[in-house]
This record gives sequence, C-alpha cells and structure tokens, in this order.
Amino acid sequence: MNAYIGTPTSRVDGRAKVTGAAKYAGEFPADGLLHGFVVEATIPCGRIARLDTSAALQVKGVLDVLTHANRPPLADKDEAWRDEVAPEGSPFRPLYDDTVKFNGQPIALVVAEDWETAKFAATLVRVEYEQRGFATDLEGERGKAAEMDKPHKPRGDAAATLAQARVRHEAEYVIPTEHHNPMELYATTAIWDSNGKLTIYDKTQGVQNVHKFLCGVFDKKPDDIRVASPYVGGAFGSGLRPQYQVVLATLGALALKRSVRVVLTRQQMYGLGYRPMTIERVGLGAKSDGTLDAVTHEAIAVTSRYEDFARNDTGWAEQLYSSPNSRFSHKLVHLDVSTPCDMRAPGAASGVCALECAMDELSVALKLDPIELRLKCYSDRDQSENLPYTSKQLRECYARGADAFGWSRRNPAPRSMRDGKELVGWGMATGVWEALQMPVAVRIVLTSNGHAEVSCAASDIGTGTYTIVAQVAADALGLPIENISVRLADSTLPQAPVEGGSWMAASSAHAVLAAAEEVRKELLRLAGKIHGSPLAGAELADTVLTDGSIARASDNRRAVSIADAMRHGGVERIEKEKLNQFGEDKKHARNTHSAVFAEVKVDELLGVIRVTRVVSAIAAGRILNTKTGRSQIMGGVVWGIGMALHEETVMDHRFGRIMNANIAEYHIPVNADVHDIDVIFVDEPDAHINALGIKGLGEIGIVGVPAAIANAVYHATGKRIRRFPITLDKVLD
Amino acid sequence: MNNFQYARATDVADAIRLLAADPGAKLIAGGTNLIDLMKENVERPSRLIDISRLPLRKVEETADGSLRIGALVPNSDLAYHPLIEQRYPLLASAILAGASAQLRNMASVGGNLMQRTRCVYFYDTATPCNKRRPSSGCSAMDGLNRNHAILGTSAACIATNPSDMSVALAALGALVHIAGRSGERTIALTDFHRLPGDTPHVDTNLGTSEIITGIELPARGFAQNYSYLKIRDRMSYAFALVSVAAALELEGNAISGARMALGGVAHKPWRSLEAEAALRGQAATPDHFSRAADLLLQGATTRSHNGFKVELARRAIVRTLTQAANATPQSQAHKKIA
Repeated sequence: MNAYIGTPTSRVDGRAKVTGAAKYAGEFPADGLLHGFVVEATIPCGRIARLDTSAALQVKGVLDVLTHANRPPLADKDEAWRDEVAPEGSPFRPLYDDTVKFNGQPIALVVAEDWETAKFAATLVRVEYEQRGFATDLEGERGKAAEMDKPHKPRGDAAATLAQARVRHEAEYVIPTEHHNPMELYATTAIWDSNGKLTIYDKTQGVQNVHKFLCGVFDKKPDDIRVASPYVGGAFGSGLRPQYQVVLATLGALALKRSVRVVLTRQQMYGLGYRPMTIERVGLGAKSDGTLDAVTHEAIAVTSRYEDFARNDTGWAEQLYSSPNSRFSHKLVHLDVSTPCDMRAPGAASGVCALECAMDELSVALKLDPIELRLKCYSDRDQSENLPYTSKQLRECYARGADAFGWSRRNPAPRSMRDGKELVGWGMATGVWEALQMPVAVRIVLTSNGHAEVSCAASDIGTGTYTIVAQVAADALGLPIENISVRLADSTLPQAPVEGGSWMAASSAHAVLAAAEEVRKELLRLAGKIHGSPLAGAELADTVLTDGSIARASDNRRAVSIADAMRHGGVERIEKEKLNQFGEDKKHARNTHSAVFAEVKVDELLGVIRVTRVVSAIAAGRILNTKTGRSQIMGGVVWGIGMALHEETVMDHRFGRIMNANIAEYHIPVNADVHDIDVIFVDEPDAHINALGIKGLGEIGIVGVPAAIANAVYHATGKRIRRFPITLDKVLD
Repeated sequence: MNNFQYARATDVADAIRLLAADPGAKLIAGGTNLIDLMKENVERPSRLIDISRLPLRKVEETADGSLRIGALVPNSDLAYHPLIEQRYPLLASAILAGASAQLRNMASVGGNLMQRTRCVYFYDTATPCNKRRPSSGCSAMDGLNRNHAILGTSAACIATNPSDMSVALAALGALVHIAGRSGERTIALTDFHRLPGDTPHVDTNLGTSEIITGIELPARGFAQNYSYLKIRDRMSYAFALVSVAAALELEGNAISGARMALGGVAHKPWRSLEAEAALRGQAATPDHFSRAADLLLQGATTRSHNGFKVELARRAIVRTLTQAANATPQSQAHKKIA
C-alpha cells in the first residue's frame, strides 16, 4: 500500500518539462491564430477622453483594435465578474468603459496576424486622458485606514495590560509591495472552432474558476467554453483569480471569430495582483520570566478603490503563543492601484515576519534566548477557539532545527561573532500556516491491462500535483507508478477548486483514495462472482489492491488479479468518479509549523549581507513526497531570502507608477545569494486531520524566513531594521 | 517597438556610409541593450545597421607592447582571453562582474561602451526625462534616486553609466579607436563618455556617423596589484551601487604608480588624476588610501536617496586599494566580498 507514498519519487512530468514536450498556455497552436497586444493606461486615475486607433488600424496585418467603445458585449453585473476567490467589492472589468482605475490598466487590445505587428501598432494608439486626483502612497494615506472585520476576537484587555506590562516591546514593521514574477508569462490562447465554441488555454491555478467566470462574463453556456491549463510555470497565488488577459483573448476571438493569443509582457504583469504593502504594528507585554501578558497586532494594508482585499496578517500570535490578553485588527487603505492578490503564504508571510521580529526584540529586552522565550509562551491549544491541534510538533522543530544549526554555540550579544571582515549573526523565527482541505472529485479509469488513468480538474502549478496523484493512485490501486497516467487542469474533468492555500495535496490525495475505493468495490463484486473465488464473501474493508490484484487484507495470498476479475466479469474498463468531502471537525485546530534558523554574514564596513546558512525544520504531517516536498521548502526559503533582503516593488507616487516593473530592477535572489539550505521534516503523525495524515507544504516554507534573517542581521550588527527589504544602505553606519 | 529598416554593413566604410545616409539609424552588434530599449520604445531607430559580421574580432599585440581589441570581440571572449587574463586581469575581472554569462556572450566590446543609463525614468516613456526627451525635465532629481550619480551631475541629469568594463578601461588608460567619414581618430576612454551638463541626451563624444572599431590598452597592465570590487543590491546580476577599479605599482610597500576609477557614481567612469598623484610615493597604508578616496570623491553631491553612496564609495575605495596592494584581488566567482 505504501510503495510510493512518502518516498522521494521523481516528478512524473519531469521529462516532458525538460524536453519541452509540456505545453504552456501561450504555446498551443491553432489554424489562423491571431495575436493580441495590450495597450495600457499611463495614468492612475481618470477617464479616457479620446482613444484614436486609426493609425494602428492602418498598419498592414492589423485586424482590429478592441476598446471599450467597440468590444463585444460583456456582463454588466458584478456577480458575473466575481470569481470563486474574489474579495468583496466590484471586480475590475477590462475594456468595460472609459474609466481608468490604475496605472497599467489595459485600455485596448491590438489584434494582428503576428505578435510583432500587434506590438508595433500598439505604439500608434493615441490616448488622451482626463486625469483626476489620485493617491498611491500607503504611508501618506494611512490616516484613512478603515477597520475590517476582526480576524480574531479580542481577549481580555490587551491595551491596558500592555501599558502596564513589566517588559514591553512595541514597534512598526513595514513590508513593501511585492510581485510574484512567475517564470511563465501570463498568457491565453483562445481557440475558436467552426461552430463557435471556444477552447481556452490559460495560465491559471483554477480552470473551473476561469470557466465559470468566462461563462458569466460572456453569457455562455458551460458547453460553449472549455478551459485547460495542463502546465503552469509558477503562479504563487497570482493565478488564483482569472487575469485580464483571458478576458481579452476571449473578447478578441468572439469579435473576430478567429483564434487569438494574448501573452503579457513581463512589464505588463506588474499591472496584475501583488502582495500588498503593509504597515504591521506589534505590541508584546511580558512578565519578567518571559510569559506573555498581552499581544496586539494591527496591520494597515493597501487595497484598490474597488475591492477590499484583506488577508489574515494578524492573529497568528493567537495560535502560536499563549497570552491571556490579545487584540488584533486589520485596516485597509483604498488607493488608486489594482487590487492585491494572494502571494505565497498570504497574510502569514508578512504578519508572522512582523510578529517574529517583535518576539526577537522582546527576547533581547528580557535577556532570554529566543527559543526559550518561544517555549515559555508555547501553546498546545489554538487560543482563539480554545481547541487542541490535530497535531503540533513545533517543539520538535525547535529542538531538531537548533541541533542541526548548532544554536547552542550562539553568543547572544550582538556583534559578538565574526569571521574575518564579516560580522556573523544567528537568528531564528517560528513559521505557521493552516492545514486546509477542500472537496475534490477524481475519476479513475482502470483497464484490464492494469493501467489506470486518473483525472481531475486540479492544476499543477509546478508544485508536483501530477506526481503525488500518481503516487497515491499507484499505492491505492496496487499498481506500479508507470501504469498510472494523470490528467489534470481541464474544466471538463471532475471538480476541483483553485490550487492554493496549500490544500491541494491533502485534497487531491484523498479524492484519489475515495475513487480508488469505488474501483476496489467494483473489482470485489466482479472477483466475488468467480466460481470458487478466494474473495467470496469478503468484506470490502478486508480487501486491498496490491501487486495488480485484489486480495484479502487479512491474507493477501487469497487474491484475484485485476485481469482475471475483469475478464470474468466481462468488462474491459472500470470507470469510477468520486467526490471526496472531508468530515467537519470542529474539535481541532489544523496547522503546519516550522522553526527557521538563519546565519548571515555582514561585511562590517561595506554592509553587504549574505545568508550563508538556513535550517528549516518543518512539521507538516506526513510528507507525501520527500523530494518534491524538500524542493517546495527550499523554494520557500529562497523566496524568504528575497523578502528579507531584495524584493520591493517601487512606486513613484508623483506619477502613481511602478518604476521597477522588470526583473532587472526588481531584485530576487540569484544563485550567488543562496548558500546552504537544510530542510528537516519532523515526524508528525496525525490521526485526526485525514486518513493519510497530510497537511500540505505550499506556503509554510516561506513563513518565518524573513524574520529569521532580519533577527540574524540584528545579531550580527546590533541594528534592528524594521523596513524591508534590508538593503546594505540600511545597515551601513 | 517601432518598425525599422534593416541593413547589413559589408565593411566599416559601408557602415559609415549607411549611418551618414540616415540620421535615425543605429548600429547593432550584440543588441543586449539596444533591443531592450527598442522594446520599451525608448530607442526608435529608423534603421538598424548590423555590424556583427564585420572583421573586428581580433585581439592583437602591437609592436610597442600595447594591445588592440576589435570592437566586436564578445565580452566573455575578452574576459577569458589569455592575453587579458595574464596582462590585464583587472579588465577581465570587471567584465565578469557585469551582467550575466548569457549577456556577456552576446555583448560586444564596442556595444558595452555604448550602453545607456539604467535610470528607471529613462526607461519609462510615460515619465519626463531630459536624457530621453530633452527639456522634458528630470524625474529622478526629486524622485527615486537611490541608484543615481553623486559626481559630475548637472541640474538636468543625475543618471549613471552602467558599464563595469568601462570602469576598468578608464583605470587602465585605454584608448578608443573610431572611424568616420573623415578617417580614423583615437580618443582616451575617459574622454569618450561625457558628463550630462545641459545635453544629457548625448552620452558620448562619438560623432553621428562614426563607429568604434576597437580599443587599445597601453602596455602597463597592472597585473600584479589590482582589484575590481562591485557593490550592489545582490551578489550577482545587478548594476553597481558603487564599483571600484584599483591598480597599483609597488616598490616594496611604496606606491610608484596608482590608478583608480569608480562606477555607479557618475555619468561616466570617474577618475581623479589628483587622487592618483596623491598616492604616488606614499606607503600602501589605509590612511593613504583613505586620503586618496576623499580626493576621488571631492565635490560629491547627493539627493534624497543616494546619500549613502559617498561613505560606501569611500570605504569601497579603501577596501579595493587594500585588495590590490595585498595582491588579493576580489574574486568574481566566489559568493562573497573578500
């Protein structure tokens, strides 16, 4: 049963990816394919007074320039535009009318026979605006912040306790706006077929979300549109909501009754969603022994004028640390920018960064080792609902991580450790994320030759869904993994939500188990009918699929091969589809945890910071695939290095424009910035969360990393940098 | 990107003729910067004159001991050329500090000298920029200027030259060979790039129908005591906040010859003959390096976000001179600052 689950199985789609056989949304061919290029607004707020497309239309090879004035019909109700993960508000509608809501907004689509012609003609579109007053600066507008629903209910009187606390730390941490920058550009190929139906190849994390959205926006029947996204070159949350290029490509195809491809440029992708800039104010009040009396955490975040995007930045302390008094609040400032969106560990990456820097500052004030402080405040229950966890091996993460890192050799005094010209700093932080699971359906088609096709609408955004689905199916069906083929990310396949929130591993794995059980049931029925069957009268619960056979669990020598069962039953294939729903468990909290340890070396005179070692100890239930799992965590650590030291979307608020909208000037870590990364998966058996004890790994890898690095920078230099990223000018004396 | 004509030059004279015939024409070799700028509609050439097949790819020693480098030698070929590695390791090091391996493979020596600034406003046609549109205003002056110049600036422009290679060439006293309608001429690399003054749209003193044919390195290569140190926001593939090329000739611990040039701080590679003269005859000590740094940075002016560059440059100069004096040059392959 466990030949593959829990092993370092290589990616089943690895060969297709490295040989180029794997096709991405912008690569699907079509007869007579046209190419669209987006014209963007260059002001942040106002209306289009005049849009002159005549010069563009005169370019040979240009078929049309679609604008708000000449486009095919689009839905006029917000409900149609509101996708499965839309926040409250009125979603953005590309080319809907003459209003400009953010800089970089698409205002026209030039459609031409080839991409270069479209791109050239786009430069000939003349736009005149009536510009309105605007604001894009969160810090300048923070006075206008409005409270959202409280993420966690307050307990006790946090303000008064904090004010009287024996040891108190209060500070503000600023996390800048960040963009996902997935390697694959956002792209849609809308293929028009002769009877007017559309096949949409789209870069997305949820094909059924896009399908429903397009049907609503274009008033189409479900059968009129099919959405597929077989491979996704990274998305990290930016593809959870349908992006505007899918609307534009579909508009183009409908307008011209031809197939149309729209590929955004890297620069244009900065007009999509992003991790919102936040100002995070954390207050911690402690007794002199290090136990907490009060925790307060207020986040002020940017959102657009038209939607209230808010995530749980605050409230993580409620789960991590025991404190009788707490207060959390999340405030939004509406600005003339596009709506933010989820980005790896949304809310937690930012909020826990602030919390864990604050905990480090408190440990300094208390003269207590940072791990010891966290153990003093350790909570075996989620305090917001006062619930025990399905499992929580965070203590073990601290212990194993500290041991691997060599934490006991740390001299706590800042600037006390050095290596030649470099100051050495060791810092640590806790990470936390949710262990979510969603209803997913899977279809299994088992053929008598012992081959199974497993299909589901879920996406694989590069995380390894194809591989874990194949692993679980191989084990559940008792077949070699080579006999399993997996189809994903097609809206016509069995239902799945968007791939996000770290929920897809547990959700898809259990859907595979559920469908496999239906297959086993059918095989038992067929095998039981064989004269003198070794399975005659066997209970379903006493059967397993193993080694190409169905066998008694209590005695697997009593077995019937799949081929025999199906031949006797007179069937060539068994097709079973099953929707798996997880039982509601209101008695437990469900979380993943980590302890992150970072070593930095800072050139004392030049301020150059290097992250020379990271140890990340993860407690996330059973790890389905230790190879892809380790890659996930390493990716999260590398991104955490970027969040700590490099990443920042820079805006000039005089123009309301992002000024570093490219990956030359928007810095992410390169190979030379990455040194040793040690990933430890702590054993965390979990009998409550689900049958396999799976929690998911997508987000937890980044959480805590920026704080561990910032705390290490403090330990190295004695400088507490609370405004991210920590660039060298901030640590120069 | 605009539509443009394409022509392939058959020889240098043909390239000059084609340039003279079309004032909107641009030469293209590796295209690593020009194509980017065309994609952003910053450069809109009416014609691209492809010079990539011209026979300007030789690296040759001349009778007087200098070295002549063809304008089309790829940056990576130059960095790994045995004569450069042996005689001018400062130049090899500076080249390897720049861009990425893929870009260095494409980029030519002549093209490297023609790189335009990376000022974010220069790149964004929706914002004013005197370099891109004369007299439209400088957005960086009171805007995002963390990466901008602290030396030789003007009221019109505070952009920097992004090249690493040019910084080493400036320190080494390289000459630029140029061909034009009236024949060939040679100018010092330090006179090739201009300060912005009130004509920031003019980056170099190359005439409108002139072409760089090569670079000449004088015999003195400073191969014993040199270092190129680049300080940037990540360890690779980022433009310099400050870079320093340092080259010394030592007699014992006494400095008999000194060269220094700075990148990332001005509209051109920044040298100060006064600072170099001050080092000659002195002992190679941090105090003397520090005094030379002060002289090199004389007249520095800062804006709201780039004030840190002055002290950073001062320290980087001292560090680089120390590396040079100790014959422990900064490695461009290690993931650390020595």
